[in-house]
Amino acid sequence: MPSGPAGTPLLAAQSLCLARGGRELFRDLSFVVHPGQLWQIEGPNGAGKTSLIRILCGLARYGFTGQVQRAVPQLYLGHLPAVKALLTPRETLAWHVSGDGVYANDQIESALTRVGLFGYEDIPCHTLSAGQHRRVNLARLFLSRAPLWLLDEPFTAIDKAGVDELQSLLVAHVAAGGAVVLASHQALQVSCDVHFLNLGGSLA
Amino acid sequence: MSVPGTWQFCVRLVRRQLLLAVRRPIEIGNPLLFFAMVVALFPLGLGPAPQMLGGFAPGVLWITALLSNLLTSDSVFRSDYDDGSLEQLLLAPQPLYWSVLAYIGAHWLTTGLLLAMVAPIFALMLNLPLAALGTLVTSLLLGTAVLSLLGGIGAALTVGLKRGGMLISLLILPLYMPVLIFGSAAVQAAVSGFPAGPYLATLGAMLCLAIALAPLAAAAGLRISIDA
Repeated sequence: MPSGPAGTPLLAAQSLCLARGGRELFRDLSFVVHPGQLWQIEGPNGAGKTSLIRILCGLARYGFTGQVQRAVPQLYLGHLPAVKALLTPRETLAWHVSGDGVYANDQIESALTRVGLFGYEDIPCHTLSAGQHRRVNLARLFLSRAPLWLLDEPFTAIDKAGVDELQSLLVAHVAAGGAVVLASHQALQVSCDVHFLNLGGSLA
Repeated sequence: MSVPGTWQFCVRLVRRQLLLAVRRPIEIGNPLLFFAMVVALFPLGLGPAPQMLGGFAPGVLWITALLSNLLTSDSVFRSDYDDGSLEQLLLAPQPLYWSVLAYIGAHWLTTGLLLAMVAPIFALMLNLPLAALGTLVTSLLLGTAVLSLLGGIGAALTVGLKRGGMLISLLILPLYMPVLIFGSAAVQAAVSGFPAGPYLATLGAMLCLAIALAPLAAAAGLRISIDA
């Protein structure tokens, strides 16, 4: 089960400021993500949710001020599913470019079954729908051992049952000592506490 | 279950890239067909006199190989950028230097290596003396590897642009020139009966330098392209 060292923060952001096109998206944003916490970044379109996630995971390295400290391995799921049309879901996960762990075949199969892609393991991804592409990507959540998850709009193009499944997975991950930071417009229906980070206005 | 080591991860990347290339054989075939077509243009334009063609052959073969490499260099990171795989690669715990080297290596295996293999056929079409064939293949093997590495820098820098094709040519053609000079000089020397060794050794030195430095530049280029 994923777990970080108890008590020590998994992620710390210190006085982050970001301006885009002469407009200040957020300023002096500081927060600390501890094991067992679920954070939701909220805000209207263009509020800087994606930009913040990209700063947190380390893809954005310039153009902002402030510091981010990552203490543990992270798993980042962005807007793009990172699924190759010519590879099968099994190959996508087994040879994932993120340098994830080495997974056994049955682990991959059970992860794909959990996201509802049982029977699609060896079919090229170009025959799958957009939602199924997202699901191939989400299967990484079932495989990953990274304690810190950074998810950018994970519910996009996912059906209702899939959203429920994903929410319970997030709760399980948090309960096991992991932490989740996700950007979403959707109100989460989860059984654990949610810490909000509102980019539209003040910090809640 | 553990995170794969650098070497294991590189092997995985090369296998993935090769599998992708094999699943889209037109990507492998295109540069070879381009090579064949352009080589076939020269007898039409210069006249079919065997003596003259044989004289031009080293330069013609090398320029055509260079252009066909240029044609494909844009695609090294393109599709991975478009579908988000590149973001994931940049976040991988393994050093980006080796990952980039794996991508470029896979690119060379599907372009330069094959080109060097088929080049002797076209060399005979252009009446290149048999004695120079070995040098031609060796110089292409070494030279196209350098070209792929340099092309990787251009590809990394322009991958964020929608239409980077023209820009990448302007960026990397100047860097291609030394390779062309020593590559065609090696074949020319072999044709004239002089030792080609020094030229091939220079190409080898260029390759060593490119292996050491080009992935660093390409990795930095990728980080900039993804950040923009």
